[in-house]
Amino acid sequence: MNANRSPSPIPHTPPPEPVWKTTARDWTAVLVRQIIVSGAKLLTGVRAFWGSGARVSGPSAEQTVYFANHTSHGDFVLLWATLPNDLRTLTRPVAGEDYWDRSRVRRFIGRDVFNALMIRRDAQAAGLDPLAQMRAALTAGDSLILFPEGTRNMGDEVLLPLKSGIYHLHQSFALVRFVPVWIENLKRVLPKGALLPVPLACTVRFGEPLAWVDQEEKAVFLARARQALLDLRPEHDREGMLHAVSMPPPPPPAATLAPQPGEGA
Amino acid sequence: MSIAAWLSPTGWLFAGTLGVLVLASSIATMLKWRVADGAPHAVIDNLTSRINAWWIMVGAIGLAFLFGKTGVVLLFFFVSFYALREFLSLAYTRRGDHTAMAAAFYVALPMQYFLVWTEWYGMYSIFIPVYGFLLLPILAATGGDTQRFLERASKVQWGLMVSVFCISHVPALLTLPVIGFEGRNLLLIAFLVIVVQGSDVLQYIWGKLLGKHKVAPLLSPSKTWEGLIGGVASATLLGAALHGITPFSPVQAAGMAFLICVMGFFGGLVMSAIKRDRGVKDWGHMIEGHGGMLDRTDSVVFAAPIFFHAVRHWWVP
Repeated sequence: MNANRSPSPIPHTPPPEPVWKTTARDWTAVLVRQIIVSGAKLLTGVRAFWGSGARVSGPSAEQTVYFANHTSHGDFVLLWATLPNDLRTLTRPVAGEDYWDRSRVRRFIGRDVFNALMIRRDAQAAGLDPLAQMRAALTAGDSLILFPEGTRNMGDEVLLPLKSGIYHLHQSFALVRFVPVWIENLKRVLPKGALLPVPLACTVRFGEPLAWVDQEEKAVFLARARQALLDLRPEHDREGMLHAVSMPPPPPPAATLAPQPGEGA
Repeated sequence: MSIAAWLSPTGWLFAGTLGVLVLASSIATMLKWRVADGAPHAVIDNLTSRINAWWIMVGAIGLAFLFGKTGVVLLFFFVSFYALREFLSLAYTRRGDHTAMAAAFYVALPMQYFLVWTEWYGMYSIFIPVYGFLLLPILAATGGDTQRFLERASKVQWGLMVSVFCISHVPALLTLPVIGFEGRNLLLIAFLVIVVQGSDVLQYIWGKLLGKHKVAPLLSPSKTWEGLIGGVASATLLGAALHGITPFSPVQAAGMAFLICVMGFFGGLVMSAIKRDRGVKDWGHMIEGHGGMLDRTDSVVFAAPIFFHAVRHWWVP
């Protein structure tokens, strides 16, 4: 389907399938996608807010990287569900391959239903470069959903330090909009290890795209991106900050998403 | 429905309610053109969306009444579901509360309405205050997280009491065997809802017309003494006028109406205090112009159980 699928490291390339099988799978994927999106909306009564403060810009078909806080497996489903239908098909979540390749059902949901861009968290060891995959997808014109914390935030902190992958993407794609997104409450709907989602109202808040600054320092950009996320939190949600207030300001992230061989921006 | 049914008190009641709604919509439309000249106007537009929401609410209740007890139980089941979702969405909970919250939604809520539907008074009146009270914190404790434990356990409990237990006393009115009133218990619900919601509307109107002195400026800036006294007094008269659809005499009906109006007023005050504490204006965004389900039902929440027990104490042998 997409040219950028080829670099994704699938060790066992499936043999060519008969046409009817591909068609059946595509239609099943469309159906399952609708069911998952409607189910998520029904359970959480999710509402989307576009723009923050005085500036209000709605959804746009321009190529966009949505970057959001990550607290639950359902995050990108909810973000995805709040996008208008036509934008949804253009937007691919970036997901962990090790999780989504664990069973046939997950493979189907991850690859066919969500058309996710699969990256490996152990990429370094495997000699792969997730950043190159994301670059390829952006070059091909896809919009992406990223969780720059790199992993789900399971603790009490409001937001983990952002990994630097998003900085490198932002530097190389000046024309792509980088839109911060704050997903509220979903951690409580479906926390880690829980099987039964509890119906709680969720909101998805889309901020203004980050400005592009030439030759920006990594730490400066990451602090700016992080603040853009934190600024989207609703007033009443800041109670959770009780624990975080005492925390020192986020250190410049030491960990990087992936090795950046010769990519000095 | 036969012609006879339309001539019954229920039929007249609905005809009257529809008349009031038609009148309200006409006045709002007239105001819109006379005062605002068709242009957007904050107060009048808010009034219009409130009235429109009333059309939907009266429609939903009318539809439920057509299906009798099962319809009413189902309607308030959904009211409770939305109310509980709003309440717990705003409450501070942690990972360890997930099981307790799942139990609240998937066990306590359906069970309470099932018990009401089976008319098992001895169980539905203690299921949440006794069994829920003891079992939910046990579930929360097994989560192993002690941070702010009492506060979290209380919030889940409070959510269930307010959103499920109290609201379920509206359909529970159908289970009361009032002597000489058999088969007409739907009218008790109509009396409760019309008087309490009417009191809210009348307080709003009196407040808008004469309101100057705030009752509780910190809790609810829109509540004034003028609105409170005028609203409760006129809703009490409304209740007395409705005595024909109740098992009460005019004086008793006025007393009952006064009781539930006062409870309803304080219900609104208490629920406002919780909202202020959380820094939100509305519980939710379900109904345009009305906020969420709890914003609309806060007065009924506090009035229903008291009304239920007053009727049960004095009119059920």
